[in-house]
Amino acid sequence: MSTAHDTTTAGAAAEPTTRVGKAADYLDQRTSIGVAVKEFARKVFPDHWSFMLGEIALFSFVALLISGVFLTMFFEPSMALTEYHGEHPASAHGQTMSVAYASTLEMSFEVRGGLLMRQIHHWSALIFMAAIVVHMMRVFFTGAFRKPRELNWLVGFTLLILGMAAGFSGYSLPDDVLSGNGLRITDGVVKSIPVIGSYMSYMIFGGEFPGEHIIPRLFTVHILIVPALIVALIALHLFLMVLHKHTQFPGGGRTDKNVVGYPALPVYVAKMTGNFFIVFGVLALMGATMAINNVWNYGPYDPSPVSAGAQPDWYMLFLEGSLRLMPGQGTEWEIFGYTLSWNILVPAVIVPGILFTFLIVYPFVEARVTGDKREHHVLDRPRNVPVRTALGVAFLADFILLAAAGSNDLIATHFGMSINQITWVFRILFFVLPVVAFVVTKRICLGLQRKDRELVLHGNESGRVVRYANGEYVEVHTPLDDQERWLRVNYDSPAPLEVEPKMDARGVKRKGYGADKRWQRLSRFFYEDRVEPVTPAEFAAAHAHGDHEAIEAGGRQAMPAAVGTGRTDGTDSQEH
Amino acid sequence: MSDMNHPNDASTEVTAADGAGTEVARSDTFTDPGVPAHKPRLSDLDPKSAKRNERLVTFLFVVSCLGAVGTLVAYVAVPPEGTTESVRLSTLLLGVGMAVSLLGIGIAGIHWAKALMGDAEMVQDRHPIRSSDAVRADAVRDLDEGMQDSGVVGRRGLLKGAALSALALFPLTIAVPLIGSVGGDWNVSKFKHTMWKKGTRLALDPSGRPIKASDVNIGSAFHVIPETTEEYRETHEWITEKSKAVVLMVRVRPEELRSDQSPEGEQWSYDGIVAYSKICTHVGCPVALYEQQTHHLLCPCHQSTFDVADSAKVVFGPAKRPLPQLPITVDDEGYLVAQDDFAEPIGPSFWERLK
Repeated sequence: MSTAHDTTTAGAAAEPTTRVGKAADYLDQRTSIGVAVKEFARKVFPDHWSFMLGEIALFSFVALLISGVFLTMFFEPSMALTEYHGEHPASAHGQTMSVAYASTLEMSFEVRGGLLMRQIHHWSALIFMAAIVVHMMRVFFTGAFRKPRELNWLVGFTLLILGMAAGFSGYSLPDDVLSGNGLRITDGVVKSIPVIGSYMSYMIFGGEFPGEHIIPRLFTVHILIVPALIVALIALHLFLMVLHKHTQFPGGGRTDKNVVGYPALPVYVAKMTGNFFIVFGVLALMGATMAINNVWNYGPYDPSPVSAGAQPDWYMLFLEGSLRLMPGQGTEWEIFGYTLSWNILVPAVIVPGILFTFLIVYPFVEARVTGDKREHHVLDRPRNVPVRTALGVAFLADFILLAAAGSNDLIATHFGMSINQITWVFRILFFVLPVVAFVVTKRICLGLQRKDRELVLHGNESGRVVRYANGEYVEVHTPLDDQERWLRVNYDSPAPLEVEPKMDARGVKRKGYGADKRWQRLSRFFYEDRVEPVTPAEFAAAHAHGDHEAIEAGGRQAMPAAVGTGRTDGTDSQEH
Repeated sequence: MSDMNHPNDASTEVTAADGAGTEVARSDTFTDPGVPAHKPRLSDLDPKSAKRNERLVTFLFVVSCLGAVGTLVAYVAVPPEGTTESVRLSTLLLGVGMAVSLLGIGIAGIHWAKALMGDAEMVQDRHPIRSSDAVRADAVRDLDEGMQDSGVVGRRGLLKGAALSALALFPLTIAVPLIGSVGGDWNVSKFKHTMWKKGTRLALDPSGRPIKASDVNIGSAFHVIPETTEEYRETHEWITEKSKAVVLMVRVRPEELRSDQSPEGEQWSYDGIVAYSKICTHVGCPVALYEQQTHHLLCPCHQSTFDVADSAKVVFGPAKRPLPQLPITVDDEGYLVAQDDFAEPIGPSFWERLK
C-alpha cells in the first residue's frame, strides 16, 4: 500500500537547506510524517457554529485534566480519621474528620490557587456534561448519526455515560456530608437490585456502608479508570470523525459526495486553538468568580445530619427527580419472602434504562423504518424529519421535567407552593408532557415544511400591492433566489415501508411476514404524515398559473404533498 | 389539522424501489446552484482594515501576556491568609488573571481566523467509506492465507477447545482473589442488626450525653445515638454503626399518640416519647425534618413523609414502609434506654430483608 518507502532512496533529490527543512527531513525519514501532513494540512472541514459544541466538550475535558492533575498533588484519598489542625476554617479546627476531607480543606485554604483549581475543576465537569448533551442533541436533531456514523454515535453515547461516572466518582471524593448522603442514596439504590443487591453494596463499599474503602476506590475510578477510558474513546471518536469527514449542513454545492468548508491549516488550527483558550478562559473566569461546592460549609461526613434543599450535580438531577416522583405505596412487593422494590427500581433503573436504550437503538431503528442504506453526509434540517425531531423533544421534555422534579423542594420554598401538590403535578406531567411535546413539535415541523413549500412556490410577500387594469389587486411576491430555494427543496421525504404480500407466488405463507408488518407499522408512525418537497413541475405550474389552487391540483400525481391523512399513526394494519 | 390536508393515502401511491425499501428516486429535481459566491470581507478589500485587524490581534495577545503577568503579581502580592475572605480574594485575582491570559489568546486566534485568514470555501471529494471490492478481495485472501498458515483450519477441535478454555480460565486467577476480598467478609446479614441492645442508653448526637426522660419536652425532637465511649466515637467502626443506629426521638402528648408499633402486651414508647430509626426506608437518607404541628417527619432527600403519631406510617412520597421503631423505656436512674434492637432491619429495602 505504502509509497513512503521510496522517500529514503529518492531523498537525495532535494537536500534541505533551512533549519526547519532539516528538522522536517530528519523526522520524515524516521516517521514518514510527510504523508500525514500532505493528507491533513489542507483537509477541509465544514463550518457551522453548532460543530463547536463537541469541541467545547473536548476542551473542557482538557481543562479537567489540567486542573485535575493540580488537585491530585494535594488531595489525599484516605478515610483514616484525623483531627484537623489547620487554622482555617475556624469551624473545622480540632474536628475529627477523614484525611480526604482534611486535605480538601487544606488545599482550599492553604494552597495558593487551590480553591481556584477546585472550582475550575467542578465547573469544567458541569460544562463538560452540558456540552456533551447539547452536542448529542445537535447530532440527533440533524441526523448526523445516520450511516456511516452509527458506531460513532455509540462511542459518543458511551462517553456520555463515562462522563457521568467521572462526575459522580469525583463528586464524592471530598467526603463531606453532602456527597456522603449522595453515596448513601447510591447504596440504597444498589441494595434494591434483586438477588445481588446486598452483595453489590458490599462489593462497592468493601463491607457495610460507608466503611473505610470507598474513597480510595472512587479515587482510582476517578483519576485512572474512567479518564483512561474517556481518553481512549475520545481518540476513537475523533479518529472516526476524521475518517468519515465531518457532516455538513445542506446548501448550494453541498452533497453527500463532497465536503465544503475551510482548510485545517490555517483556519481550523487557529479557530480550534482559539476555541480551546476561550473555553478554558471562561472556565477560569467561572472558577474565579463563582463559588461552587464549599465543602467546609457542609462539614465532614457524618451519618446523622443532612441538608435540606440539597441537589446533586445537574446531570444526575433527572435520576434524583425520578426517585422523588415515584409513589411508594403498592410498589414494594414481597414475593416468597423476598423484597422487590419497584419504588426504587423503576425510577433509578428502568427510567434511565428507557432513555439510554432509546439513545442506543434509535439510529438503527430509524434506518430500518426508512429502508435506508445510503451514506449520509449532508445533515437534515430538523423540520424535514418531523417524527425524529418530535421524539427527541419528547424525551428531552421528560428529562427536563425530571430535573425540575429533582428540585421540587427548591421550587416549593422559592414559590411558596405545596411540595405534595408540585410532586403530584409532576407525576401527571411525566406521562402527559412527552405526548404533548411530541404532537406539538411534529405539528410545528410539518407547519414549517409547508411554509417552506409556500415560500418556494410563491416567494416572499413583498408588501407591494399592485392594481391591474381590470381593478384586481394583487400583492407581488418576490421569488426566492437559487440558494434559498435549493435549501428548501433538496431533502428526502421517505414514504412508509411497503411489505411483500403475505402469500408468496405459490400461495404459501411467507416467513417473516409478521415482523415485516410490525416494521411497516412503525414506519407508518414515522412517515405517514409528511410534506414532500416542491418538484420542478409544481414550481413551473405555480409560475405558469400564479395560482395556488392550480398547483394543488396539478403537480401532484407522483408524489402528493399529503399531510395528516387522518388515520391514526401506526394502528392501521390494512393491506395495500 | 390544516387546509392542506390531502384526502388520499400517501403511502399507497409510492412504489418502493426494487421492493426493498422506500428510497424514492427523485429523477425530477431542481439543479444544485453550487457553492454560493464568495463575498469578500472589508479586510479583503481595504488594506487599512486588514492592518487594523492585525493590530487588534496583536493587542489581544499583549492583553493575554498582561493577564499572565497579573496572575504572577497576584500570586506574590495577595497571599491567602487563611480566612475565607482572603482565600476568596486570592482565588478571584489568580483566576481573573488566568482568564484574561487564556481569553486573550483565544479571542486573538479566532479573530485572526475570521478577519485575516482566507475565507473562500474549498470543496474536496468524499469517497465511500467501504473498501473497494479489490481491497476486500485481497483482505479475504489474506485472512484465508493466514488461517491456512496457522494450521488449525478444519477439525482440530481439541486444540481450539483447549486454547479457548485457557483463555477463558486465566482471568479467574485475577477475578477470584479480587472478588473474594473486595466485599470485605461478604457477611450481608450485618444489615439486619444495629448496636442497640437491651439497656443501651439513648444519648444526644453528637455530644454523647445520655438523656433523661424528664428532660424531653413535649413537641421537641432529639437526634439520638447509642451511648458509647468517646474513644469509640473516633473510630471507623463507629461511623458505620452510627449509619445504622441513629434515631429520631420525639415526645408528643400521650393522647395524641394514635398508635405505635408495639406488639400486643408490650409498651415500646414511654409516656409519649417515641423513638424511630432516622434512616429512611426509601434509599437511606437521614430523615431529619420534624414538623411539630402535624407530627410529620420529612426526609429532605426525596420527601418521604412519616407520621410519628401514627406508627411512623408513610403519608407521602416514595417510601413504602414505616420507619422501624426502637423500643424504649427508662432505667432506675430515669435515663431513657433501649429495650432491645430494632425488631426489623432499618433503612432501605433489600432482597433478603425478611429472610
